[in-house]
Amino acid sequence: MLAAILTQAQAPAAPFQGPHIDWFSLSPMLVLVGGGLLLMLLTALVPGRWPKGFSAVFTACCAAAAGILSIILWHHVADRGTKPLVGSALSLDGFTVFVFFVICIAVFLTALVTDDYLRREDLDGSELYALMLMAAVGAMVMAASTDLVVLFIGLETLSIALYVMAAGHLRRMESQESAIKYFVLGGFSSAFFLYGIAMVYGATGSTNMVAIRDFLRANVLLDKGMLVAGFALLLVGLAFKVAAAPFHNWTPDVYEGAPTPVTGFMASAAKAAGFAALLRVFVVMFAGFTADWRPVLFVLAVLTLVVGSVLAVVQRNVKRMLAYSSISHAGFIMVGVQTATSRGTAGSLFYLLAYAVMVLGTFGVVTIVGRTGDGDHSLDSFRGLSRRRPVLAVVFGVLLLAQAGVPFTSGFWAKAGVIAAAVDAHSYALAIVAMLAAVIAAFLYLRIAVSMFFVDQPADDAAGAARVRVPLGAGVALLLAVAFTVGVGLLPSFFITLSRHAVPVLQAAPVADH
Amino acid sequence: MSFPILTALIVVPVFGAFVVALLPRNRPEIVRIVGLLFTVAVGAMSVWMLASFKKGKGGDYQFVSMHTWVSDWGISWHLGIDGISLFLVVLTGILFPIALLGADPHHDVKPYTAWLLLLEAGVIGSFLSLDLFLFFIFFEIVLVPMYFLIGGWGYDQRVYAALKFFLYTMAGSALMLVGILATVFLHRSGSATHELTFDLVKIANDQSIATGTARWLFLSFALAFAVKVPIFPLHTWLPDAHTQAPTAGSVILAGVMLKLGTYGFLRFGLFLFPEASRWFAPLFLTLGVIGILYGAIVATMQKDLKRLVAYSSVAHLGFIVLGTFAFTTQSISGGVLQMINHGVSTGALFLLVGMIYERRHTRQISELKGLQTVAPVFAALFTLVMLSSIGVPGLNGFVGEFLVLIGSFLTARWWTVVAATGVILAALYLLWAYQRVFHGQPDEANKGFKELTMREGLVMLPLVGLILFCGVYPKPMLDRIEPSVKQLITHVENHTNYKQPQPTALVVGK
Repeated sequence: MLAAILTQAQAPAAPFQGPHIDWFSLSPMLVLVGGGLLLMLLTALVPGRWPKGFSAVFTACCAAAAGILSIILWHHVADRGTKPLVGSALSLDGFTVFVFFVICIAVFLTALVTDDYLRREDLDGSELYALMLMAAVGAMVMAASTDLVVLFIGLETLSIALYVMAAGHLRRMESQESAIKYFVLGGFSSAFFLYGIAMVYGATGSTNMVAIRDFLRANVLLDKGMLVAGFALLLVGLAFKVAAAPFHNWTPDVYEGAPTPVTGFMASAAKAAGFAALLRVFVVMFAGFTADWRPVLFVLAVLTLVVGSVLAVVQRNVKRMLAYSSISHAGFIMVGVQTATSRGTAGSLFYLLAYAVMVLGTFGVVTIVGRTGDGDHSLDSFRGLSRRRPVLAVVFGVLLLAQAGVPFTSGFWAKAGVIAAAVDAHSYALAIVAMLAAVIAAFLYLRIAVSMFFVDQPADDAAGAARVRVPLGAGVALLLAVAFTVGVGLLPSFFITLSRHAVPVLQAAPVADH
Repeated sequence: MSFPILTALIVVPVFGAFVVALLPRNRPEIVRIVGLLFTVAVGAMSVWMLASFKKGKGGDYQFVSMHTWVSDWGISWHLGIDGISLFLVVLTGILFPIALLGADPHHDVKPYTAWLLLLEAGVIGSFLSLDLFLFFIFFEIVLVPMYFLIGGWGYDQRVYAALKFFLYTMAGSALMLVGILATVFLHRSGSATHELTFDLVKIANDQSIATGTARWLFLSFALAFAVKVPIFPLHTWLPDAHTQAPTAGSVILAGVMLKLGTYGFLRFGLFLFPEASRWFAPLFLTLGVIGILYGAIVATMQKDLKRLVAYSSVAHLGFIVLGTFAFTTQSISGGVLQMINHGVSTGALFLLVGMIYERRHTRQISELKGLQTVAPVFAALFTLVMLSSIGVPGLNGFVGEFLVLIGSFLTARWWTVVAATGVILAALYLLWAYQRVFHGQPDEANKGFKELTMREGLVMLPLVGLILFCGVYPKPMLDRIEPSVKQLITHVENHTNYKQPQPTALVVGK
């Protein structure tokens, strides 16, 4: 044996044959990576006076470019079909591109909101933007990966960037605290995830999702204990990322402590990436094991819906409220995932898109109302907003109603989509729980609306109240968010069709459908 | 292609709301005029539609407008009107300008007017939708403007009342969405074409859902409608919402929004699930009759005039529920008529109570006294409206209630016997309240009670006209209502073993 190894070592090494790389298909990621590196280099090497708002505009342009490339790729996929990339570590398909697009929107809107925030807090610099671009690349890798190890790399890229972003506010203790909390808990969840990969590898002999699926199709496991343990651990890791109960405990603290624009980014991009991974791992890779994981996701969805909506009701801090509401939204998306049907997946995808825009707009308003110091997030600081800033109050009102799922907003179609999927899959109980959770959650949004519209601000706060001003970048972001929310609410057909077309491509090989 | 009048009825108020939103905030008088113009335009269109409504066409839907909206889900912009919804739409068109003109919001006129216009669009949309999903959307969207109207322009407890109203009704309709979706998916798997469609008529005519399932689905719809009506144990949101809402809000709430529930029962309960609604009929008959008695008894004991009128609504709507679930042409036609009449009478009562509040800043019966002496015309007007609400023959309230009782007697005899006592109770609580408020000698505080002004009189005039006209000559209305009701009954007969008993002694309205 030793001799065999020795001869192998002495033999001339065969030239390393790397996998073929289709650079064009990776272009959205490359634009963001390149943009992030360039931004860091430029501002570090040429520390001169860059024009005000340079980093934000640069980041927004990168996001826009990546978004346009995603649209081109979408048509590319529609014409030529799905294909594996980089030796089937990634996959270019409609699903990937759809999530790319959501992430680009998140980066774009966050950059616009962050611009004035950083200057207001006297933190201006390019670090946060560079980190955000890196985080977005991580999120994209998660969405595109068809290999568990690559998925893990994406997850870590996203997470580590987010840990630092959460600590982005140097002078707020809460910001530092939230970063540590996120880091410690996130580290645990990554470890769980990694261990899950090991278990699945042990059970199937591969980390490639397609290979795992084919192996599970071709073979019957005599003892599926290790596989089930593996996907339970994978689920823990991903459920942590998307803030599903009972792995949600970090969310309120981190959302409250992190700089507000970063919170919006976490709620949109990180959640989208987490759900993209969840969909691919469970709906595609474990498609043959729906009987095993559907009940688990059912319970998780119910818990998430109930925890998110009920605990939100007792909060006094708007950021905490929105943190819990994001948990309840995660519950809704899980309702779609749980169905394991193409209708459910399409519903979840549409939900991710609608929710990303709504939540970015919502946290945009919270950023503006938070004022210098980023501390004014109690319910009282919204009192009488409709008198001081009527347009801002209406914008916030529309976004909150959209989150509550009121008709003629994108949030309504998102909720209706996942509920329809649940009903179609005969998960009536889950559909009913989800609708009741929506009613309880509506109470939370109405509470904010009450203090904006029906309560006058206290007289002694008049001086502080006057300081609420709407900067240009954030204003543009808010207008775009509201226009999208209402526009899709009126004419949802385009995006509903889009999300449905994204799905069959994901399920390139046929999957049991109801 | 003819003018899409139904779409216009929905789009014009929405457009009006946007125009109002663009007007300057510090010019309330312009805002009021523009808002009034738009509501009057909608009212005029609804009357024009009434005039061109063909009564010879049986009970079919007219002015149908059909466009695909969300093709992937089979949702379409499908509007149509028949005898059941016709007068509800006209009533909505007439009540909104009256409500806008008859009550002064006192502050923030601009958002107030915009919300009212949006509310009008939502209400009309609910009455016109023939697509289940579209109906749900309109049914749900009306909560938002009403919530803001109560919360923004109501009285002391307005925030509480607004929240309660919103959550109560949203919880009711939450299950209806699940019910609608389940109906549609089950219809798809049961129907021959496997088509995913939310089209009311297609689903109702196919009747492809199993009996047991259909009963559950009916319940999910019924819960939403029962909250809206409100039917007895689910009524607790109503007194709060009514009492705290601004006058215009109460007028609209009582006048048209409660009818979304009773209308929903007819259009979506009986039509979609004939067997299930027959099966549940005893339950709803009982709850309806309990509502009649309970509403009347609780109204008797109210100290607040507005709360009294609110509870009287519970009683009046009990009659409509009774008529609906008695399943005869007369009882249902009477119920539809009663929806209109209640809208007119109670709308007028709320306006008058609002005028009393404007003058005295109280609605407590004990603080009002002898108003008849100082304001005789006002008192006369109040008497007329009150008598119409009691159901005195010759005024509108009588026709509907009488038809309901006669029609129900054939199929739901004992329920009708008990319900008939409700008519007497209505006389009791209203006359007693009238006595305390208007009779006697006015004390110091009530001496200065102002007489009815010209403007108030003009606002009330159309309502008084309707009260008299419908009371004396209801035939034109019945001629348009009855064919559609007959068609509905035939639909129920075709899909159940129920046969409508023929009245032997008396035929009314012919």
